[in-house]
Amino acid sequence: MGTVAAQSPALLPAAGLMRDPGGTGRFGEFGGRFVPESLIPACAEVEEAFRQAWSDAGFRQDLDRLLAVYAGRPTALTPAWSLSAELGITLLLKREDLAHTGSHKINNVLGQALLARRMGRTRLIAETGAGQHGVATATAAALLGLGATVFMGEKDMARQELNVHRMRVLGAEVVPVTSGSRTLKDATSEAMRHWVTCVDEAYYCLGSVMGPHPYPWMVREFQRVIGTEARAQCATELPAAIPDYVVACVGGGSNAAGTFAGFADTTAQLIGVEAAGGAAIADGRVAVMHGHRSYAVQDEHGQILEAESIAAGLDYPGVGPEHAHLHDIGRARYVTVTDDEVLAAVRRLARAEGILPALESAHAVAWVIRAAEGGELPPRATVLLTLSGRGDKDTATLLEVAR
Amino acid sequence: MTATISGTALGPHLRRRRDAGRKLLAPYLTGGVRADWTDYLLAYAEAGADTIEVGLPFSEPVVDGPTVQEASHLALRRGANVRDILADLRRVRVGIPLTVMTYYHLVQREGAEVFCANLAGAGVRGLIVPDLPVDELGTLERAATAAGVDLVLVAAPSSTPARLREIGTRSRGFVYAVSVMAPTGVRDELADTAGVLAGQLKQATDLPVLLGFGIATPAHAVAGAHVADGVAVGSALMRAVLDGESPAQVGARVAAMRDALDRAYP
Repeated sequence: MGTVAAQSPALLPAAGLMRDPGGTGRFGEFGGRFVPESLIPACAEVEEAFRQAWSDAGFRQDLDRLLAVYAGRPTALTPAWSLSAELGITLLLKREDLAHTGSHKINNVLGQALLARRMGRTRLIAETGAGQHGVATATAAALLGLGATVFMGEKDMARQELNVHRMRVLGAEVVPVTSGSRTLKDATSEAMRHWVTCVDEAYYCLGSVMGPHPYPWMVREFQRVIGTEARAQCATELPAAIPDYVVACVGGGSNAAGTFAGFADTTAQLIGVEAAGGAAIADGRVAVMHGHRSYAVQDEHGQILEAESIAAGLDYPGVGPEHAHLHDIGRARYVTVTDDEVLAAVRRLARAEGILPALESAHAVAWVIRAAEGGELPPRATVLLTLSGRGDKDTATLLEVAR
Repeated sequence: MTATISGTALGPHLRRRRDAGRKLLAPYLTGGVRADWTDYLLAYAEAGADTIEVGLPFSEPVVDGPTVQEASHLALRRGANVRDILADLRRVRVGIPLTVMTYYHLVQREGAEVFCANLAGAGVRGLIVPDLPVDELGTLERAATAAGVDLVLVAAPSSTPARLREIGTRSRGFVYAVSVMAPTGVRDELADTAGVLAGQLKQATDLPVLLGFGIATPAHAVAGAHVADGVAVGSALMRAVLDGESPAQVGARVAAMRDALDRAYP
């Protein structure tokens, strides 16, 4: 137990990993603030406000209280009893699917919405892919009395109709994005274009560990609560206290970043699972897009390719810059799974544990199943898996596949 | 790496004309938007352009509004790419210095030195990278200078006075003043922010200041040139190109702006 990582000194963490990236927002060579001059003062203002808020005990108390009494934190750590027995490992599920609105997105959004209010902004702008971040933003806006404008690709609106309706019921304006591939990358571009026109009144509530500095860092810090809780829960659940493996799905990578942040200074192996159809780290090259330098999938001429995943939330050709850095220094490993493996994992987890995971989260499950059955995971390995969201939103997709 | 530098340098060319009392006109064209796209460059030059902005299309044009987005996606669907656009430029003799406008992703993927050398090899003498703020210039500043390409920096209505001074100091060729807090695109009238920004920039630098974003008509051009040294015109022309107007027809639109400027500022 706990020996696999301990035998690999190369995996021992570097000091200061997953900390403050400084004024230039750099994670190694990645990150930065590659936005039009028009947005520079707005980004600088967000950074300044976040630095102040994050060191203000009152702000932290307000956020912690909302996370507890509104979002339902701490979320449970559930042993996957049956699946563990079947796979011959100890699999623990960090249940972000139980958080209010059905995914980890609420952690980040409550933090940013409080920040927006503190900055005197009256409206939140957001991009969304699967709709989970959009729903979370609409929710936080309703709670704090703010407006919400959510940009969503037309293609995603069609396949995540339920979330579109949820956002509208919550009072958000959902703006269809018809340019490019009509998915998350285009929604992100459109949200940034819109933000330029209203920086004095609106706050850009970015949904993942991407975008210009300070967003990748700030969103990771708001998601760090996943890793912090999971680490404490593992300490009581596991004899060795630290799991051998820490696994999470990666689109932009916010639930993975929050989870990894709790274990970066341990011997745990960090595994990020990308969709095979949008694997920025496995298939991508260095790119500057949406405000940061990281990896993205592109053609021979450098044009960004459209991602193709059954999970709308992972249908993004890029990845957060800190993941690019963790990959480059070898602290985290990034793997891919296919849509078929994901669908099988959804059914298997649902039937074994009575938990219907989001298609995004099922990527992490799919890798654990493959790695355990293929012998990559040693017998009795301990695995912490962040189950980032629940699968209710995907029932239409699952129905379609079943037909 | 040695760059082949050909044609007239951008900065001195614009400064000479500005100092002679001429208002500067910089029309835009998305490279590769049509098979005969370089004919539009010739028409622009014939119509009295002082430099032409050639857009290298990128799949994620975050600074651009609907018209230039449409043009970029159309060009990419036609198979346009940096290499072929620059090859087309090498074959055409426009007679005025060209300025490339593109996103930083396409600059960094080849490396700043190779990219700038390739521009110079195609006779391009200016470069505008609207998503690269002055804080992130990195190696591009030196690479552009070494290649004889003027790296034109962008100022915005939200720029602080300190940033405007730095932009004015480090820009080369001219300063591109974004007239309004919005993406590129046609607007009914020139934003109030345009005059304020142009005025501040004129205080901060002796470089020519060109106002862009939302300049769509001869009247806009005249109004913009009242506060700035000239104007850049993009979406209004691209709308006409996308609607199928010929090089001569779009050239006539540029000529109308030229005439209006020359009449208003004789």
